[in-house]
Amino acid sequence: MFMIGPIGFTVPWLLLGLLVLPLLWILLRAVPPAPIRRRFPGVALLLGLKDDESQADKTPWWLLLLRMIALAAVIIGFAGPVLNPKSEHAGTGNLLILLDASWADAANWQARQDRLNSLLEEAARAGRPTAVVALTDLNTGALPFQAADVWQSRIAGLLPAAWGPQDPGEWAENLAQEESFETYWLSDGLKRPMRANLLKALESKGTVTVFESPRAIYGLKPARFADGEIRLMATRARADSTAELTVSALGLDPAGVDRALARTSLQFPVGQTEAEAVFTLPSELRNRITRFAIAGIRSAGAVSLTDDALRRREIALISARAEREGLQLLAPLHYLRKALEPTADILDGALDDILPANPDVIVLADVAKLTESEKASLTEWVKNGGLLLRFAGPQLAASDLSRNREDELMPVRLRAGGRTVGGAMSWGAPKKLRPFSPESPFFGLTIPDDVEVTAQVLAQPDPTLSSRVIAALADGTPLVTRKKLGQGQVVLFHVTANAQWSTLPLSGLFVDMLERLAVSTRPAAPDAQELAGTRWTPEKQLNGFGELGDSGMLADVTGERIATGEAGPDLPPGIYSGEDRSLAVNVLNAKTKLAPTAWPARIQVEGLKALRETGLKGAFLAAALLALMLDILAALWVAGKLRGPKSGVVAGILVSLLVFPSPGHSQDTTDAEAFAIEAAAQVTLAHVLTGDAQVDRVAQAGLVGLSDVLFRRSSIEPGLPIGVDIEKDDLSLFPMLYWPVTVAQPHPSDIAYAKLNEYLRKGGMILFDTRDGNVAGYGQSTPEARKLQALALPLDIPPLEPIPEDHVLTRTFYLLQTFPGRYERPIWVEAAPADAVKVEGMPFRNLNDGVSPVIIGGNDWAAAWAVDARGAPMFPVGRGYTGERQREIAYRFGLNLMMYVLTGNYKSDQVHVPALLERLGQ
Amino acid sequence: MTSTAALRRDAGVLAGSLPPLLAHAERLAATVVLGDHGRRRAGQGDEFWQYRPAHEGDEARHIDWRRSARSDSHFIRQKEWQAAQSVLFWVDNGQSMSFASGKALPQKGERARVLALATAALLLRGGERVGLLGHDAPPRAGEMQLAPLAEALMEGGDQTEYGAPAFSGLRSNARAVMISDFLGDMAPIETALTHAANKGIGGVLLQVLDPQEEAFPFDGRTIFESMGGSLRHETLKAGDLRSRYLQRLADRKASLAELARMTGWQISCHHTGDSASAALLWLYRILEGAR
Repeated sequence: MFMIGPIGFTVPWLLLGLLVLPLLWILLRAVPPAPIRRRFPGVALLLGLKDDESQADKTPWWLLLLRMIALAAVIIGFAGPVLNPKSEHAGTGNLLILLDASWADAANWQARQDRLNSLLEEAARAGRPTAVVALTDLNTGALPFQAADVWQSRIAGLLPAAWGPQDPGEWAENLAQEESFETYWLSDGLKRPMRANLLKALESKGTVTVFESPRAIYGLKPARFADGEIRLMATRARADSTAELTVSALGLDPAGVDRALARTSLQFPVGQTEAEAVFTLPSELRNRITRFAIAGIRSAGAVSLTDDALRRREIALISARAEREGLQLLAPLHYLRKALEPTADILDGALDDILPANPDVIVLADVAKLTESEKASLTEWVKNGGLLLRFAGPQLAASDLSRNREDELMPVRLRAGGRTVGGAMSWGAPKKLRPFSPESPFFGLTIPDDVEVTAQVLAQPDPTLSSRVIAALADGTPLVTRKKLGQGQVVLFHVTANAQWSTLPLSGLFVDMLERLAVSTRPAAPDAQELAGTRWTPEKQLNGFGELGDSGMLADVTGERIATGEAGPDLPPGIYSGEDRSLAVNVLNAKTKLAPTAWPARIQVEGLKALRETGLKGAFLAAALLALMLDILAALWVAGKLRGPKSGVVAGILVSLLVFPSPGHSQDTTDAEAFAIEAAAQVTLAHVLTGDAQVDRVAQAGLVGLSDVLFRRSSIEPGLPIGVDIEKDDLSLFPMLYWPVTVAQPHPSDIAYAKLNEYLRKGGMILFDTRDGNVAGYGQSTPEARKLQALALPLDIPPLEPIPEDHVLTRTFYLLQTFPGRYERPIWVEAAPADAVKVEGMPFRNLNDGVSPVIIGGNDWAAAWAVDARGAPMFPVGRGYTGERQREIAYRFGLNLMMYVLTGNYKSDQVHVPALLERLGQ
Repeated sequence: MTSTAALRRDAGVLAGSLPPLLAHAERLAATVVLGDHGRRRAGQGDEFWQYRPAHEGDEARHIDWRRSARSDSHFIRQKEWQAAQSVLFWVDNGQSMSFASGKALPQKGERARVLALATAALLLRGGERVGLLGHDAPPRAGEMQLAPLAEALMEGGDQTEYGAPAFSGLRSNARAVMISDFLGDMAPIETALTHAANKGIGGVLLQVLDPQEEAFPFDGRTIFESMGGSLRHETLKAGDLRSRYLQRLADRKASLAELARMTGWQISCHHTGDSASAALLWLYRILEGAR
């Protein structure tokens, strides 16, 4: 095939047509553009006028060039250009195709298979005996040379392993017995120590060609937990460019669905092969994480499994006495807190609040009194596998808990009073601890000399006592007792959790003991010494693509093997469970360094991409067509048809094709700014525009009337009221929104509701007015009331109640008991908290702090407030003097309302007036 | 030899086009509110003008007895003098008048005919006698004259490129209205105007032009042809001709104005892109004010 660069031609002789182009140039140049004929009566005036110059009689050069290009494109197009035409790898003799087939290959496995396929195809065409060997899964014995098409049918089942290539020492030695062969090596692109030797062995047999993708390879190292954050190191082989990756933390969500629980991104700067991702997650979420993965990379190396090292237990600490300031070191929980904080998440709160959170451990420090319900739920929690850790103390010693009959939540019965040894007023020295017995979970811990017990509660010598003691003092009295209860257990330390009764909490032994009780977890992965002699059962296993599956019937693995940290066929990456914890084995360990391969210069390295043949005929012909289109326009232009009369039509079509109108935003923003300035310059009353012109007009007039009254009677001097479009206006500028409810008004959009909720949450208030005087009616509802229900449904509105007599609204400015508009009906406000009680001698209850976010009524206030342009009332209210009185009260309600909105519960503080007066009197 | 069928067909065509023309002209004329048309002096006419005391020499039959009976002296009832004047129209019907540069614009000839007929309608209502030069339409008064006028205007042109005014029926003491684009040869116009001036005939020249003729928005290689096709001019760069064409047009307008000034005629230029009523008002004001 005739080739120019990467482009070949199927019909190259057609290219000779290009020789005609110069001839055409001369021909075309001689022909001027065709004239336009125009009827024009003014021609009589034109007669005799001569052209200044005779320039336009030749086609301009650029137009010619355009036509030449079009023609050239046509000629080249028909000559059948093909990009990257297939060229054959010729070769004879045996062929070995070697694959790394490691986790690094998995991300790009399809391309590798395609390449392998095309290599096999070539080999099949050449009839070469071929062997395909994966370095992660080496065959034994001689190389499996077979016909290439046999291999072709088998490569679909070839999968990458989740580990790196094995050391092919023996296998490479065996190669010496083979006949000579050529080698194609599909490398994964990572530097490995075994490559040099293997390459030498292969080269002794024939030429070696390496296929390698220059694609970046990313890996994720195991997660570490430090300072409340999860830190993950991502690494890559090449550092020649910046890269940004997203790392997801995956796990089961509360619905049991495996999904990304958190995401974070990390950046590799140029020259750096490592980058760190940091997750800061609440412990609830953190404990759910099963693995981390680099998003979008399908490879076992891009997955990092987590085990117990990341899991932090939730421990609830509960003590009987409220802690007082300044007594930190005496606080019953201080030492526990210090001991547990580094390794566990600590929950504080009342028992009732904590139990639903289902903590792993509940610590009761010197708690003797539990209510029946607390006791029942606590018992159930323990039976379901909870660990209840109790500490003794003065209160426990003084109580009758577990005195005569063993309490369910105590491991032993206690004798009254407890004992004190080695104190100032007693004989004998403080007691030491007896070494732990082999049955005790504490066995093996060394007991420091300075651990002394000066006081303790004593257990009754029951038959079960000896089996329940797991630590004792030197004189044999129990120090720690334990009882199984259901699936859980109850553990009692017979001393206090602080340093009052013993020095145990001050020693390192305390922390170790808590750890042995599985109260706290070991912060770091076990070292080789710890792993020695243990056996681990595979639970879950990663495949090469980074998918987690069951391990099936894989054999147990020894702790020593796990301690090496190198995944391999005998230690596939996955989760392994031991006696009391699980361990994750990852593809990469903390020490792994990725580096790109460095092949010797004599080795030919080819890209992995099998270059695909691309026919360019279509592209060239399309280009020719485009050039011809341009030529039409250009010819029109040269001939003046784009400029003369009616050119507007052509130009219009062109412009409409080329220019898309973009909506102007600048206008909107300036409008919004002007609106904000207007609304924020003064206190501004606002009403929600309903779309009903009459209602909006009345609302506006009503707020004008109210503004006038406010201006005259109080220090509130509002500006002109504003009608607010809740869809687009900024609500935060208004202290209060008056919302007349009409049946026909449209529902606000979700965005508007979000804005309204935000407004209510930030202290705004909405006065809903159904204007029907009937909202408080029993059982019946008007259309407006139903509309109001529909409108307010998505709003964040607290429970409501009819306004109580002592509500702040009754006394913020005027003393009021009714809140009439044109009608006089009760209104609804946020309900007072249930625990607000009226104190004897106080006029009002001490009510809730905030301002009611909504006030709902149907009294048609706007109509009562409304004034026309001359300031006269627009609508009659009631009859005669009574009606005017009602209007006056309506204005007073408006005043109280605005005061309530602007000053909050300030007037509520009148509760304290008697007390203040009393103090002043003294 | 015209067959009956052809005659009927032509009549149909004519009848079809006449009412729109008439209607258009009537509508246009209706936009002008007719003012006081009297001569503001006593004379022959139908309208009452004034009573005046009878003098010596007044005929007894002129005395208005009804008025005189109310006083001691005799009064004569005078009528307003309503002397009719002949206004003769000439509308260019050369082929150049059938040009319109856009679909929305009327042809120049169409606009000229509408203007002429509308002016005629106004004048007829004012009691003048209106006729058409170059046609068999001698000046007559009365609204009935409008239909023959319209018919005469709709008659096919003489198929020349540019029309030349005919002054066959011109009589003295008449007034003339000449509507054309005045783009053709100036000589016949000059002759006609001089001839008219010599006869003491005053009048109005209205030049009707298409906006394209004023703007010359052409570019590129163009062959300009007259409407009939007899005249043609080829240019390679029409854009270059623009300034010179406009200069020539201005010269033509200037020479027309000069001619009008010398002969005491009024001249104005109307573009088909503009509203016809402005031109009608101007025409009517000149014709009414001058008498």
